[in-house]
Order: sequence, then C-alpha cells, then structure tokens
Amino acid sequence: MKPAPFDYVRAETLDEALDVLAREGGDARILAGGQSLLPMLNMRLARPATLVDVMRITALRRLDARDGMLVAGAAIRQVEAERQVDPRTQPLLAAALAAVGHAQTRNRGTLCGSVAHADPSAELPLTLVALGGEIRLRSKRASRSVPAERFFSGMMVTERRDDEMIEAVAFPAARPGTGYAFREIGRRHGDFAIVACAAVVDRTAARLAIGGVADRPTARDLPLPDSSALDDALDSFAWSLDARDDLHASARYRRELVRRLGRSTIEEAARCRV
Amino acid sequence: MPRLTSDRRHRVAFKLNGRPAEGLAEPRMLLTDFLRHVLGATGTHVGCEHGVCGACTIQIDGLPARACLTLAVQADGAEIRTVEGLAPAPGRLSILQESFRTHHGLQCGFCTAGILMSLDELLTRRPDASEEDIRHQLSGHLCRCTGYGPIMKAALEAARRLRGPAGEGAPHA
Ligand code: FES
Ligand code: FES
Repeated sequence: MKPAPFDYVRAETLDEALDVLAREGGDARILAGGQSLLPMLNMRLARPATLVDVMRITALRRLDARDGMLVAGAAIRQVEAERQVDPRTQPLLAAALAAVGHAQTRNRGTLCGSVAHADPSAELPLTLVALGGEIRLRSKRASRSVPAERFFSGMMVTERRDDEMIEAVAFPAARPGTGYAFREIGRRHGDFAIVACAAVVDRTAARLAIGGVADRPTARDLPLPDSSALDDALDSFAWSLDARDDLHASARYRRELVRRLGRSTIEEAARCRV
Repeated sequence: MPRLTSDRRHRVAFKLNGRPAEGLAEPRMLLTDFLRHVLGATGTHVGCEHGVCGACTIQIDGLPARACLTLAVQADGAEIRTVEGLAPAPGRLSILQESFRTHHGLQCGFCTAGILMSLDELLTRRPDASEEDIRHQLSGHLCRCTGYGPIMKAALEAARRLRGPAGEGAPHA
C-alpha cells in the first residue's frame, strides 16, 4: 500500500527539527532510516501530518565511546554500528546487531529509530534494557536522559513526549569479570524473534532480559546457573510475562522458550566471564 | 530548511546507474514507484511494499536496501543502482547474472532483480564470502520458485569466478 499524504521537512540542524516538533507535536514524526516507520506508513498504521528527516544533521552522526558508554546518535545506521562496534567492549550489542532485521534493512535503519519504534520483540531495546542503558531525549525546551527500563512503557509505547526526539542512545561498556550472551528463536534468521534473550552474568548475579513475550522488553535478576534455584526463578519469570498466543507461537511455547533459552543464554554468558 | 508540502510534486534528482536522473514526486511517493512510474526503470520489482519480500532491493549509496521502505525525496542526491546497471554492456551479462543463467537461479524472475542487487554488493565487497554469509544475505529475500538451491549454486559459482586464480577481472566485468 501507499502512505497517506504528509509534508516532508529536511532538517539541516537539530534546532530546525526540534522547532517542528515544538510546533506540531504528535502530528509530526521523526524520519531517520525509515525501516520501522515506512512499513507503518505504507500500511497506514501511522498517518503523521509531517515527517522530519534528520539524516542530514551532522550533530546526530556521532558514534563514540564516552564515560564508559557507547553513544549512538540518531543518524547512526545499524550497519555503521555493526562495522565499528568492538565486540570486546560491546559484546552484547555486537551479537544483537547481527540479529536486527536483515542486512538490507540494517543498511538503512538506525539504532535510535528501532528504539523509538519500541517493538516488543526488537533486539536493540532488549539490549539496552539488559545492559541498563539510557535513552537521551531532547526537546526545544530541555534534554533529559531516561533509563531503558523506564523508557519502554508498553507495546510500541515509550516515555518520549510529543515534542521530544531521541537524540542518542547509550550502551554501557562491558565490565571486567562479566559475561554477556544473546540468543533468539525466530522462524528464519532476521525475522522478528518469537523469544529473544540477553544475559549479563558476573560472579555474584545473573540478569536476564526477555523480548518478544511481554508488551515490552523485561529484565529480572536471577540466581547464577550453578544454583538449584535458577529453574524455579526462570519459571516464575516466564509466567510473569503474560505471554499470548499468536500466529507464530503459543503462549505455552513462549514460556517454555523463556525457561530453556533463558537458561542456555545465562549459561553461555557465565562461560564468557573474563 | 526545505519543507516539501504534501499537496505538490517536488523535484527529486539522483544518479541512477551512473547517469543523472530526475523527476517530480509527492513527498509520500515511494522510491519503487518513482523508479518504475516516473523514471520508467521497471527492472526493480514490487512485492509486499512493507520490507519483507526483498523484491524491490536496490543499492543506495553502494548498499543494498529496500526501495519500498525509502521515499523518493529521501533519495535526493544519492547514488542509486538498480538491476539495469548490472550488465557491463548491452548484450552482455555480469558474472553474477551469467552464473544465475547457467545454474537456473531464476524461474519466474520476480525475486531475481532484488537478489542480484544484494548478492552483487556482497560478492563485490567480499568475493571470499562463505556459504553462510551468502545464506544470511539471502535471508532478506523470498523466492517462491527455486527453493533457493540453484540460487546458492549460482552465488557460489559467481564468488569462485570473482575470486578467480588470477581474478577473472573486475566484479562488474
Ligand atoms: S516490495 Fe519491498 S520488500 Fe517487498
Ligand atoms: S524465481 Fe520466482 S520467485 Fe524467485
């Protein structure tokens, strides 16, 4: 299908983009790589009055490590991160990126765009939640930073206000003595995950984040894999996510994946501790 | 800051297969439709129009991408390469195209233009791509005819020829 009509604004500076958002609020949408937004437009699930293209704003084209975080600006495409991210400092992000869509969509799609779209099975929101990353929002009036765990508030719903845009997302770097692992099950490589798991394990605790089951990526602290309490804890985590039946998988299958894939992801992360 | 209004058509210009191309497009016009209907370049096919099937895959600034998930106005100033740009000369085929022909890498041909554009980029960048790399690249495409086996054969054979003992020449030769 074809999108409904909209005005298209090619912003050259961040201020220009923020001005449009300040004036038009929820009727305007930021357009970056378009790999989440264009399907919504084509299917007319979204009908914004104005699109603000931010890809030519040079201030948003930064991908750099600062204060123990990797910060990706709104104009950084997934392919750029894929080629530049060092798996030694960002092991989880490097593994998750390879599973985001297909090469053909990663070549256009941005990290911030995927986070703004907030699909509950998307890999990058999951990674941010697992790592305790943050989302940096900017409006004409103010900037603020929201922890990933608070940012995703429901199925494709976030804490972003109508006059705000995501300026950057920040992924904490790997900590010594900590292992990281990412696994997902989908129909084909590159399809939306039925269940996706991201684990962060150090000497004292394991943290597991699950995507594709609840209405948002969800993390929980769990016992270490050698503890006899892990299976029960995974079971209660699986039940807490309110899994639903859909075309791709039953709720029961999803819970079983949380238990099994969750365990194997935690075990893999434990093996990767250095 | 240019604002292109919804009720008008606006000039869009880019390089198409190395030559300047331009036309008029409403902001909402998809690049697929701009290529096919405005520029008359119908080699790029349209299937699902929401990024799933890969039929519309072209190269934008050297990288394979979905033309159906790109607005024509976003492509202003870009370098676009489509299946029409693969053949090195009229009446000749690229190594990859030739290999598709030899190995029956296509039947109805609906998926073929997109698959060629994806594989062309991968094999040009990395003629040493492994079978797994090729499979990953192909995971972004649906083919309802071939069962993918012949496409894999064609891709591997093209990769081998592109690596060549003495290199059988430039990728697009
Ligand atoms: S038509 Fe673009 S991916 Fe199907
Ligand atoms: S050859 Fe018919 S869809 Fe691939």
